[in-house]
Amino acid sequence: MLTLKNISKTFNPGTVNEKTALTGVDLHLEKGDFVTIIGANGAGKSTLFNAIAGSFLPDTGTITLDGKDVTFQPEFMRAKSIGRLFQDPMRGSAPGMTIEENLALAAGGGGWLSHVSKAEKAAFRDKLALLNMGLEDRMRQPVGLLSGGQRQALTLLMATMVPPKLLLLDEHTAALDPGTAEKVLSLTQDIVREGGLTCMMITHNMSSALELGNRTLMMDSGRILLDLKQDQRKGLTVDDLLRMFKENVGKALDNDRMLLGVR
Amino acid sequence: MSLSAIWGLVQTALELGLTCSLTVLALFLSYSMLNVCDLSTDGCFTLGATVGAVVAIAGHPYLSIPAAMAAGVLSGFITAVLQTRMGIDSLLAGIIVNTGLYSVNIAVMGKSSLLNMNKTETVFTRFHALLENTPLAGCQDLLIALAAVALVIVFLALFLRTRLGLAIRATGNNPDMVRSSSINPIFTTTVGLCVANAFTGLSGCLLAQSQKSVNIDIGSGMVTLALASLLIGQTFMGRGSIAKRAVGVVLGSIIFRLVYTIALRLNMPAFMLKLVSSVIVIIAIAGPYFKSQLPMLRRRMAAGKEGR
Repeated sequence: MLTLKNISKTFNPGTVNEKTALTGVDLHLEKGDFVTIIGANGAGKSTLFNAIAGSFLPDTGTITLDGKDVTFQPEFMRAKSIGRLFQDPMRGSAPGMTIEENLALAAGGGGWLSHVSKAEKAAFRDKLALLNMGLEDRMRQPVGLLSGGQRQALTLLMATMVPPKLLLLDEHTAALDPGTAEKVLSLTQDIVREGGLTCMMITHNMSSALELGNRTLMMDSGRILLDLKQDQRKGLTVDDLLRMFKENVGKALDNDRMLLGVR
Repeated sequence: MSLSAIWGLVQTALELGLTCSLTVLALFLSYSMLNVCDLSTDGCFTLGATVGAVVAIAGHPYLSIPAAMAAGVLSGFITAVLQTRMGIDSLLAGIIVNTGLYSVNIAVMGKSSLLNMNKTETVFTRFHALLENTPLAGCQDLLIALAAVALVIVFLALFLRTRLGLAIRATGNNPDMVRSSSINPIFTTTVGLCVANAFTGLSGCLLAQSQKSVNIDIGSGMVTLALASLLIGQTFMGRGSIAKRAVGVVLGSIIFRLVYTIALRLNMPAFMLKLVSSVIVIIAIAGPYFKSQLPMLRRRMAAGKEGR
């Protein structure tokens, strides 16, 4: 499904700000994999997503998505097969446009000069109703009026409107209050399960990293340290993860935000 | 002052307001929707005027309109290419194109800075002849401007709801979103600027033909004038559907001209027009900013009084 071979990226090479963000990352995802990714700030998690999505060209290596080499494909072309959510709920939708217009953009389809049909509007309504947030009755309101949680739920809907080959979730619940975060997370699970989507999720919550999906990656200094698959993950606790991290890196994982997830 | 004299003044204001509102609608697309302040507007307006005039003088009054619009599209395309493909800042791209167009415009007019159309067949003279002996005689300027504005509004209302139109609006509304979506911002910016400048060219063409002359300064200050009208219109109809907002900015343009006409009657010298439009733009943009700063100013003053 997704194969990364020897991906490296150094920002600002040759200057005092030189920062090696990714070092020879190799990764292979099967179709339907749901991978959670953990690691301290600056470990290279978001950079990995940026490389996959095509926000920059990696210094070395190749990226293959669904059998096709996309290493040199521009971001907007890759976006047709990659859905992406960010931590900032404001980032994924246009505040000055209505819910309906945002969904129409996400749905794509039809020619450039086509209008949104009645059938499509009805389909949008049904999808919005699934969110259980009352948004289906506010379709003609600008998105700027929605709360952060509502906007992130809408963005999730937009990103998966046309089922993407790969869904990238970059701490997409981190900026939401705990109740809303839980709701958006369970929506995410539903949508990923129903669509059988291949998904990668960055999280700072170590317990949900172990609970969700079928595979967990741990990153540090631009490398994938640990790659725990289905059976290896079974029965692991957050303490086990922290211990494994220490053994591999030789230092304790002392990121407060990550520890917040410890139960 | 007699009633007919007042109607005469109002009619002139309406004609000018409507003709120039085509440029305002162009900025409605580029500035309000695409969030690009297109400073090539002045030059493009003049380009539309000169190309339209030259084609009309060559004996093709109807062809002059699509020709002027095509010239506008070309100018918009160059501005778009400079800012999307060559790494030139969007404001600078507009200024560069504007400067270049000065020479182009003089070249179009045959190395002259003035063209006279007193004896030229134009769209306006054709309609003048058509309307003779009807109740609408002498209203051709108003009718043509009104028709053009109506067509452009209908076009915008339909176009901005198509997928392409939505993509253009999203590009201006949330560039972050567009960057990580399947919309190519280079494409949407280019299309938006081409369409907007077609309207600017049309606006220039119609103004020149109704005035029966073009000079190289016909478009100077047009971007500020149009921005002033746009901002006036937005304060009246800031929200609502695209069509309503488009009608709002046209009204803004007419109100601007009416106020200006009244000011002229009150002996304001004509050369003050551009200063007035500058001041309106400053007030319209700085006003909301100061309003947002007001609570803090109040708190500071209250704190000052308490001697803190």
